[in-house]
Amino acid sequence: MASWNINEEKIPQGRLSLFSYVSVILAIVLLVGFWKLQVVQSGHFLDLAERNQVRSIPIIAPRGPMLDREGRVLVDSYPSFSILLLRDDAKLIEKSLPQIERGLDVSEEDLRDQLDAAKDEPKFQPIVIKPAASEADIAFVESHRADLPVLELMMVERRRYSYGEMLASAIGYVGEVSASQLEQSAGRYRPGDIVGKTGLEKQYNDVLEGTDGMRRVVVNSVGKVMRPLDNVEAIPGKPIQLTIDYDLQAIAETDMADKQGAVVAMDARTGEILAMVSRPTLDPNDFTIRVPADEWKKLNSDPESPLMNRVIQAQLAPGSVFKIIMATAMLESKAIPETFTVFCPGHAEFYGRTFHCWQPKGHGEVDFHRAIVDSCDVYFYNVGKLLGIDRIDYYATGLGLGRRTGIDLPGEENGLMPSEEWVQRVYHHKWYAGETISVAIGQGAVTATPIQMARAIAAVASGGLLVQPHLLKGLTSPKEERFSLSEDTVEKVTQGMYGVVNEGGGTGGSLKLANIELCGKSGTAQLMSYEVGKRLGKNNVNTGWFVGYAPRRNPEIVVAAAVQDTSEHGGEAAGPVVRDIVKAYYEKKTARSQQQASAENPSQVAPAHPLVATAGAKQQ
Amino acid sequence: MKERPRVQDFDWNLLAIAGAICSIGVLEIYSATHASAMVGMQSRQLIWIGIGLAGMILISSIDYHALLEQAPALYLFGVGMLLIVLLIGHARSGAKRWIAVGGLMNLQVSELMKLIIIIVLARYLSEVRTDRLTFKDLVKIAALTGVPVALILVQPDLGTAMVLVPVAAVGAFLAGIQWKHWVVGVVLIGLMVPIGWNMRHHLKPYQQQRIRTFVHPEENPRGAGYQILQSQIAVGSGGFWGKGFGKGSQNQLGFVPVRYSDFILAALAEEQGFIGVCVVLLLYLGLILRLVDNAQKAKDRAGMFVVMGVTAILGFHVLVNAAMVIGYMPVTGIPLPLMSYGGSATAFVFLALGLVMNVHMRRFVN
Repeated sequence: MASWNINEEKIPQGRLSLFSYVSVILAIVLLVGFWKLQVVQSGHFLDLAERNQVRSIPIIAPRGPMLDREGRVLVDSYPSFSILLLRDDAKLIEKSLPQIERGLDVSEEDLRDQLDAAKDEPKFQPIVIKPAASEADIAFVESHRADLPVLELMMVERRRYSYGEMLASAIGYVGEVSASQLEQSAGRYRPGDIVGKTGLEKQYNDVLEGTDGMRRVVVNSVGKVMRPLDNVEAIPGKPIQLTIDYDLQAIAETDMADKQGAVVAMDARTGEILAMVSRPTLDPNDFTIRVPADEWKKLNSDPESPLMNRVIQAQLAPGSVFKIIMATAMLESKAIPETFTVFCPGHAEFYGRTFHCWQPKGHGEVDFHRAIVDSCDVYFYNVGKLLGIDRIDYYATGLGLGRRTGIDLPGEENGLMPSEEWVQRVYHHKWYAGETISVAIGQGAVTATPIQMARAIAAVASGGLLVQPHLLKGLTSPKEERFSLSEDTVEKVTQGMYGVVNEGGGTGGSLKLANIELCGKSGTAQLMSYEVGKRLGKNNVNTGWFVGYAPRRNPEIVVAAAVQDTSEHGGEAAGPVVRDIVKAYYEKKTARSQQQASAENPSQVAPAHPLVATAGAKQQ
Repeated sequence: MKERPRVQDFDWNLLAIAGAICSIGVLEIYSATHASAMVGMQSRQLIWIGIGLAGMILISSIDYHALLEQAPALYLFGVGMLLIVLLIGHARSGAKRWIAVGGLMNLQVSELMKLIIIIVLARYLSEVRTDRLTFKDLVKIAALTGVPVALILVQPDLGTAMVLVPVAAVGAFLAGIQWKHWVVGVVLIGLMVPIGWNMRHHLKPYQQQRIRTFVHPEENPRGAGYQILQSQIAVGSGGFWGKGFGKGSQNQLGFVPVRYSDFILAALAEEQGFIGVCVVLLLYLGLILRLVDNAQKAKDRAGMFVVMGVTAILGFHVLVNAAMVIGYMPVTGIPLPLMSYGGSATAFVFLALGLVMNVHMRRFVN
């Protein structure tokens, strides 16, 4: 037996039993703990487990293309790759930066700035270091997968504006969703989503934008993809067909290439916009990738406002084009007999002030018809004085001035049609009667956008039909207005506008077209006197207008052109582009009817319509 | 002298419970690792269980009185080994816990120290002749335990160091503690908590981290609180019936940290549900109660203290591990006995059970 002193006396059994009881109690405590997690909170933890292992990777839906009225692609989308920098391992990034700099040709400084900017974002969120990767870039990432695991490729859908600057201000551009849009979208957008920012891209964003799909994968604890779970395919955005005619658009673009101003061609019967140009403009392809902040500032502060769509946003003095409104008001109101004549000595005096006619020599004895054809200022000064501002306002507003046309583009401006009420409201004083004299020739406070002028002139020529201009082919129920004009008024005024182009001595005499009843009215709005212009070092102080249409009654096509900062008169500056478009319109129409005729005759097989022939040519 | 005790006199009920726990453990190790680079772990665990069983038979064949007689020598040997580990033991996993033996396998000296402290305290307490321990006794017990605890702490291995304390605490409680010493003890612990809290800056960074994680698990879900949160997710998502064998996503995709070892209970809870946890915890309760039963039936004080020393260590392991898995305690690196993968830990449990068998077999002897 053991050599040390063993105490044979047993210890009280109660102490051992107590140990057993404590064990049972502790076991129950543990089981309650498990019960809480596994039964009470089971749903919560199932949810967390799901989030742990399932990663959702968005599949970007391509935006819908935009086609012209004949189905030619103006805008579409193409898949492209962005290069991502994974930020999980800061040390690894540090080591890789020089190699990335060399391989992808991005400056290390830039990369550091981007990393710095993103340092408060969650670490697992990568940053885009190259939004439009070239083939060489992609090859670089692919071939360095092993030694540069911080780089990753992501497929994105990028917008392609096939013809660059063509129709750019109407089409608009896309960009990353803004913080405020993100907030308003109620979860529809995620940061970094691409949405339409301006123009048609914005207007029809809901149609163009598809529904992003989702690829769900199971990942393990280090984020490695173990297996796919399910796919929700992306639903591509729907295409939209525009009323634009590529051929007419191309002519308008070429004519306006080195000018500043706007041209809009519209089907006068339906309001379909056939061509729309605003110059200067920019290539929206430059916006599909990030626009550097300083570049953006420069664009916004550019005095030539390349971001503006002048067709709907330039509020210009309409100049002599406004005389058509005056002429209509004169006949329609019957306040002045239609036989009213004025002797024009080249100037006239009203309310103690001398007003000049554009023709210093004067027009001599001028009647209603000659007043339009020769655009005699003195005649319309008198008309204005006799009508008064409120009567002018009534007819101008009736013909759509001073209010939006309702075109399907964001950001349309109102223009301004002054009235006594307006002066009272804005300036709190009475209307100066002398101001009416200026308004009578489209100067003074009155301003209008090119689209308003196109619509107003078309309305006069078609007996008071005000169409809703639109760019979407098949726009459901465009809102038409009627401002009814008497047959006599329409006949006399349109005769005048016919005379402008087709009678000897008219201000648009050089625009005459064979076999086409081109009518119209020129205008030359002076922004400042020649003297002031000279002092400011500006030779070009005019806005040259021409609004033309054909045929004389119930026109099919109306074209308004406004050329800004020109030294020429309206007929010279803006007339040719109107003439070219109208001419092209009729040539196409003739070609189409000939083709139709040959198609009806089975012996003559017509070649396929050159729908795609123009698609490849990039408009410069 | 009566006849020699034989293997047939083992406590077969106890062994059956241990066997059941081991089986569940091996299955869960298989489930947790079969689809990973660590495939085949369950076979190694089986080998360790075999080695443990052999060790158990061996240790049960030496009369525990003979072992207790060698207590001072064993104690010196154990402390000496701990010192050697500290001096020449090579660093592994940031801790000097392992010492190369024979170049073939690694033996955790700390595990051995657990067995030695059981024997040493059983020896000391069996010699006490009073019904209540004197202050001197308590100081001696504290000193005997404190030296190895300190040596293991500086390795550093907080978990194993802590495990030695309940042997002393349970032993002292059973031997009888005077009321005034209870009060002093409680006051001392009450003082230690704030002091320890202020001393936390002297802890190793990983220990500081673990404490911080325990106090604020939500602070950084990808960082420090990650293990506890992932363990809770595994347990909670298992629900009442579990996701099925080999079907726990948290387990299979590696979200559960060291799912084959310290967190094997989380892996099991995910795949077998609350039902499975009940079975396992009841098996452990059965094991503890059976051990207490053995203690009660021990022939003498010494045998009782040996069995209760084993009971204290195993009970502490199960309590701390299970509480950690559900987030009730910080991560301390204490494995679940008989279930967690680990050679020396498993071997230790079987050797400890060998001591119990030793006492059990000799309860009727002389």
